[in-house]
Amino acid sequence: MLKIENLSVKLEEEDKQILNGLTLEVPAGKVHAIMGPNGSGKSTLSYVLAGRDGYEVTGGSATLNGEDVLDIDPEERAASGLFLAFQYPVEIPGVGNMTFLRTAVNSQRKARGEDEISAPDFLKLVRSKAKDLNIDMDMLKRPVNVGFSGGEKKRNEILQMAVLEPSMCILDETDSGLDVDAMKLVADGVNALRAEDRGFLVITHYQRLLDHIKPDVVHILANGRIVETGGPDLAMKVETEGYADILKDVA
Amino acid sequence: MSALADQKRLAAEAMLSALPVPMEEAAWAHDVRAKARARLLDQGAPVRRDEYWKYTDPSKLSAPLALAGAAAGQPMSSEAFGGRPDAWFVNGRLRADLATPSAADGVAISTFAEVVKQDISIAREIFGVLEVAGQEKVMRPLAILNTATATDGLVIQAHGNAGRIHLHSDQIGDGASILRHLIRVEAGAELTLLESGSCSNAVMEVDVAEGGAFHHIRLQIGTRTPSASHIFARLHASSQFKTFTLSADGDLTRNEVVFDLVGEEASGHVAGAVLAQAKSHIDNTVFVTHSAAHCESRQVFKSVLAGQAKSVFQGKIFVRNSAQKTDGYQISQSVLLNEGAEFLAKPELEIYADDVACSHGSTTGALDPTAMFYLRSRGVPKAEAEAMLIAAFADEAIEEIADEELGDLMRDEVARWMASRT
Repeated sequence: MLKIENLSVKLEEEDKQILNGLTLEVPAGKVHAIMGPNGSGKSTLSYVLAGRDGYEVTGGSATLNGEDVLDIDPEERAASGLFLAFQYPVEIPGVGNMTFLRTAVNSQRKARGEDEISAPDFLKLVRSKAKDLNIDMDMLKRPVNVGFSGGEKKRNEILQMAVLEPSMCILDETDSGLDVDAMKLVADGVNALRAEDRGFLVITHYQRLLDHIKPDVVHILANGRIVETGGPDLAMKVETEGYADILKDVA
Repeated sequence: MSALADQKRLAAEAMLSALPVPMEEAAWAHDVRAKARARLLDQGAPVRRDEYWKYTDPSKLSAPLALAGAAAGQPMSSEAFGGRPDAWFVNGRLRADLATPSAADGVAISTFAEVVKQDISIAREIFGVLEVAGQEKVMRPLAILNTATATDGLVIQAHGNAGRIHLHSDQIGDGASILRHLIRVEAGAELTLLESGSCSNAVMEVDVAEGGAFHHIRLQIGTRTPSASHIFARLHASSQFKTFTLSADGDLTRNEVVFDLVGEEASGHVAGAVLAQAKSHIDNTVFVTHSAAHCESRQVFKSVLAGQAKSVFQGKIFVRNSAQKTDGYQISQSVLLNEGAEFLAKPELEIYADDVACSHGSTTGALDPTAMFYLRSRGVPKAEAEAMLIAAFADEAIEEIADEELGDLMRDEVARWMASRT
């Protein structure tokens, strides 16, 4: 499903290489986790895949279902099924959450040549998904993420994911800033979306999120590339030994 | 006399001599006109070297112009505010064949051309009086010219809930249209004035009595001739004054709003949304005077600029030592959609009372790239994401309009401008 080959990326503004030949494949139906110390390139990977400005791909490729994603606009990537749950969801004053979400759904449908969703169907869809995530409908009447707590912002990311039904979900440090209860709620939301035809790439600094979202494969990212790949036990190893020991082993 | 003063006086003489001296008016009006001529010659016309005209070249606005021909053809139909105007002026004259202003419950309506021939107290108490008061700290010669030469306008006296009145004016062909509107909102009364169209020189004097409320919503869409407007308002105790202007493009537009809070607990709000592209130039100049204690004033201006458009905001809060517990607020912000567009802001505070809360702020920049990326990452195409953010930005000014329905009409105008942007 998502295939990243030998991807190298540098910051546009400064001559700083962030990713150095990263290779990774997430098949449909699987949950892959990426763990790594601060500055290893985790967030860069998520932003480059989603199409944020400011990065320059210096080598390699990334494809979603065989199609190059690095060459197309962020909205086209979204329409083709890629979704990034932001580490820091953006506040947009003056743009209502529901308006935003309905515009997003309909834009994606339009790009795929599908009919727009009717207003009642949309409302019904959002209501049921919001209920699962314990999101108050009143909250959705407010501007996008404005005045939301950290937990509300993350739940709102998962709500968007649930409503947009992407085929490839990238979660960037979705656990950061969450207490245990909120993390469980978010993880339940993610688990509910696990499906045969959907892949997940869960980026996290800590193992604890992976207690709730059980990964099939765990990768360790350091210095811009994958240095070790293993099963869920690799995450446990990080938890008990820290990154330093693992990186020492690799070196 | 200095060379500059000479130049200003000569320009004022040229402006006055291009226009007819109003005839057959009542003695009191004749007196107001004569004094205005003398004041204008004394002050001179505005020139670029005047500090108040630093960002907007006044030469097109102070060029000598004869009155536009009254016999000009049929104006375009007015679609503004989704209905037919209650009063329709073309080239500075009422066109009773297009719309007849009629009295309704709570309101008396007449025309400026009529009242200057008679001895009507509200006209005598307002005409020229509020304009003169508004010259205290800064000279506004184009308003003086209006006092000396205005041909017609609307005179409204609201003494109950007057509802909405829609005033429209067209400017056809070259020449000057000089309109003078006189408005009195009596104690406890309420009036909403909708204004559309264009006029080369329009002055409105508004007197809001105790507990009265005046709402003014103005649409300036694609004004093709240089236009100067002034609103002079006097706000008595516990009265409310709210004016909002949406200016979309326009060759050269200067809007001055000058109001004085003379009674306690009065509130004055002025807001504007500027949408400008190509070589449009739109100037909003506001002067708020706090004379009485416990009053509140707000200025909220938002500019969306593309091409080589220029938006100017000059906003001043002047607080007299009598105006303790003043609450004054001012914000002016712009979004520049490309390099080449320009926003020039000059916020000013002059405060002589020691127990006041006054704040001002001004920002300018591009659309937030982080917000753009967030929207696009969810599948919203770039143009649509831009439109959403611009609508949200302009909305902060539109929200100043008390009436939801009128606010929505302004939102439609913003969307229309976004869609038509080249």
